[in-house]
Amino acid sequence: MQFYDEPIEFEPQPGVSAPVWHGRAASGGQLWNFTTAVFRADGRLAALWGSDERQRRGGFRLHVVFGLDMGHAWVSLDLPADHPVYPDLAGIFPAANRMQRAAYDMVGIASDGPDQRPWLRHGAWPADWYPLRHDTRHEAGVGVGFPNLPSDYDFVKVGGDGAHEIPVGPIHAGIIEPGHFRFSVVGEKVLRLEQRMGYLHKGVEKLFIGADIAAGARLVGRISGDSTCAYAWAYAGAVEAACSATPPPRALGLRALMVERERVANHLGDLGALGNDAALAFGLTQFMRLKEDWLRLNARLFGHRFMMDCIVPGGVAIDLDAQALDAVVEQCYALAPEVKALRTLYDEHAGLQDRFLTTGIISADLARELSLTGMAARATGVLLDGRAYRQGYTPPPPYAALGVRPATDDRGDVAARAAVRFDEIAESLRLIRELAVALPAGATRIEPAPVAGASGLGVVEGWRGEVLVGLSFDAAGKLARVHPHDPSWQTWPAVEHAVLNDIVPDFPLINKSFNLSYSGVDL
Amino acid sequence: MIPLLKRILRTGILTEPPPAPQPAAEIERLHDEILAILGRALTIREVDAGSCNGCELEIHALNNPYYNIEGRGIKFVASPRHADMLLVTGPVTKNMENALRIAYDCTPDPKLVVAAGDCACSGGVFGESYASCGRVDNVIAVDLTIPGCPPTPLALMQGILAAVRR
Repeated sequence: MQFYDEPIEFEPQPGVSAPVWHGRAASGGQLWNFTTAVFRADGRLAALWGSDERQRRGGFRLHVVFGLDMGHAWVSLDLPADHPVYPDLAGIFPAANRMQRAAYDMVGIASDGPDQRPWLRHGAWPADWYPLRHDTRHEAGVGVGFPNLPSDYDFVKVGGDGAHEIPVGPIHAGIIEPGHFRFSVVGEKVLRLEQRMGYLHKGVEKLFIGADIAAGARLVGRISGDSTCAYAWAYAGAVEAACSATPPPRALGLRALMVERERVANHLGDLGALGNDAALAFGLTQFMRLKEDWLRLNARLFGHRFMMDCIVPGGVAIDLDAQALDAVVEQCYALAPEVKALRTLYDEHAGLQDRFLTTGIISADLARELSLTGMAARATGVLLDGRAYRQGYTPPPPYAALGVRPATDDRGDVAARAAVRFDEIAESLRLIRELAVALPAGATRIEPAPVAGASGLGVVEGWRGEVLVGLSFDAAGKLARVHPHDPSWQTWPAVEHAVLNDIVPDFPLINKSFNLSYSGVDL
Repeated sequence: MIPLLKRILRTGILTEPPPAPQPAAEIERLHDEILAILGRALTIREVDAGSCNGCELEIHALNNPYYNIEGRGIKFVASPRHADMLLVTGPVTKNMENALRIAYDCTPDPKLVVAAGDCACSGGVFGESYASCGRVDNVIAVDLTIPGCPPTPLALMQGILAAVRR
C-alpha cells in the first residue's frame, strides 16, 4: 500500500504490536518528498538512525520512522558505501537535527544539512572512527586505547548590552543525570537556552551488535531505568514482530499492568518533586510516601522495585496469583483518594499555583512542529496517546479492549503538565484494576526463535511518551542492530523553547515538569 | 493551610528504624561514631557518571519519610566542595571521566568515595568500551562498593554507614 500518493510501497508488520508499516525509499528525493507529505498531513518524525549494511547489501542504510494517523511508517533508504549522504530532514522536522548528528557520530552517514556539529562524540574517540561500523570490532574493550581529549562545543552566542552566559553542568546541583545547559540571560530573564548532551553515552548500541535475544533484553531494560518496563515491552514487541511470534494474552495483560504501574510511580515522584521545586516540601514528603508504598508492592509481587527484567521477548518472566492481583486492586483503591486529596491541596495552594501557572509554556503548534509525544504533547492539548483510539488508529492489545481516555490540557504550562499527570494517575489506576480483574488465564511466555535477516519495530506509550525500539537480526540469528528511541529526543528541544522569557530560577521547575531522560538519549 | 496541616498530622511519623541486622544499640554507637568523626553531620555529593537513572531513583528514595536519611544528619549537598563523601553511580562514561575527576579534586580531604550500583562496582552490563571506563575505581579511588541493580534504599543506607565507619 501507499501513503499520501507517494510512490513508496509499504507492507504491514505482522503481530500484535502497535500498527507499523515497512517501506523502502528508492532515492533520497523520494524520502524527502515523503517526509514533506507526512509534514503536510500533520504527521510527525518518530525516530531516525543509521545502520552499517555493507556486509549484507554493500552499503549503509538510513532508517526513518514517521508517526502517521493510523500508526507508524518505517522507511529505509540505502546509501552507497563510498558516499553515504542523504537529504537533510531537519528543515521539515526540526526534531531530526540531533538524530541526524548522532547517526553521523555512530555510523558515519551524513545529512547534507548545515549543522554538522558532533552530538554524541565529545573527545573520547577520533572523528573518523565510527563505533557502529562493522569494521570497528565488536568485542568489549574495543576503543579503550583512544586518548580522551577535551572537547569544545560551538554554542550559539547571544550579544548585546547586559547579555551574559550561565553555564550549568554537566554535573547538576541535585541528584539528577548529567548534561550541559548554556543559558544566555539578561538580568534574570532567559534569552536563550542551548543544551549539550552526550555525557551519558556509554556505547549501548554497540553492545547490542552480535548479542542474542536474552542479552539484548537485559540491556534494553537499562537504557532509562525509570522506563525499564516500557523499553522492555517495546523491545519484546520488535523481537516478536521480527520472529512472527505472538505472546499469550495473559502476558500482554501483565505487560500493560506493569507499564501502567511504572507510569503511576513516575508521576507520583514527579508531582512530589514539582511541589518541592516550588518550595512546598510537604508535597515531596507526601508523594514520596505514596511512591514508596507503591514500589514496595512491586518488590513483593514482581521481585524488583522497578520491575526490571520482568517483561521478556515472548511474554513475561513473572506471574501474579489471585492473591497478588487482589493486592494490586486493593492498592489502587487505597491510592486514588490519597492522590485526589493531594490534588485539592495543590490546586488550592496559592504559592504553588503562582509558580505553576503560565510558567514554561509550549503551544500546541510548537508541540506538533517538534513532533512531541506523550505527556508533554497532551499538556498542550494535542490528543495523541498510543493506548487510545483515534481516527484511523486502533490501539494494540490489551489497550484496545480497555477504552483508554487520554488526559489533555491545553494550557501548555507547568500547571498543565501537573494536571495531566494527576489525570493520568487516576486513569492508570482504573486500567490497572480492570487489567487485574479480567486478566486472561493461561500461559505467560513462549520462546521466539530468531529469523535470520528479519527486522521489527516495537512501539509502547511509556509514561514520558512514545518509546520505540527498531531492530534487525543478522544471518546467524544474532542482533545485527538495535536502536532504542526515547521520547526525550523530541522533548529536549521543546524545553529550550519553554524557558524563553521565564526567569532562571523557574528552570528547575520547568525541567522537572517534563523530567526528561538523559541516559535514554545519550545511549 | 489547615487542610495541609491536618494531612501532616494524619500522616504521622513514618520513619522506620535504621536498617537491620544491627541491633539498636549498635546503631546508636554507629551514630555516635559518625558524629565523633564528622562533627554534626555527613554531607554527600551524588555524581551520576553514567547511570541509567535507576540508581538515582533509589538514592532519591533515601530522602522519603520512611528512610529519612536527612533526619539522621546525612545530607545531600549541591557542591563537591561542601561534601565529605562522593556517592558515584554508573559505569564512568568517557564523556563524564573528566567531570568526575574535577568533582573528586574539588572535594576536600579527608574524603570518602562510595560506588553505588552494579555498574559503578564492576562496569555492570556496560563494561569497558570505546565509550565507557567501566567501574568507578578505574577513574578515582573507591572506599566502598554497594552492589545491586539498582541497590535498594536499605542497601544504600547500610553502605553509607559502613563507609563512614571505616
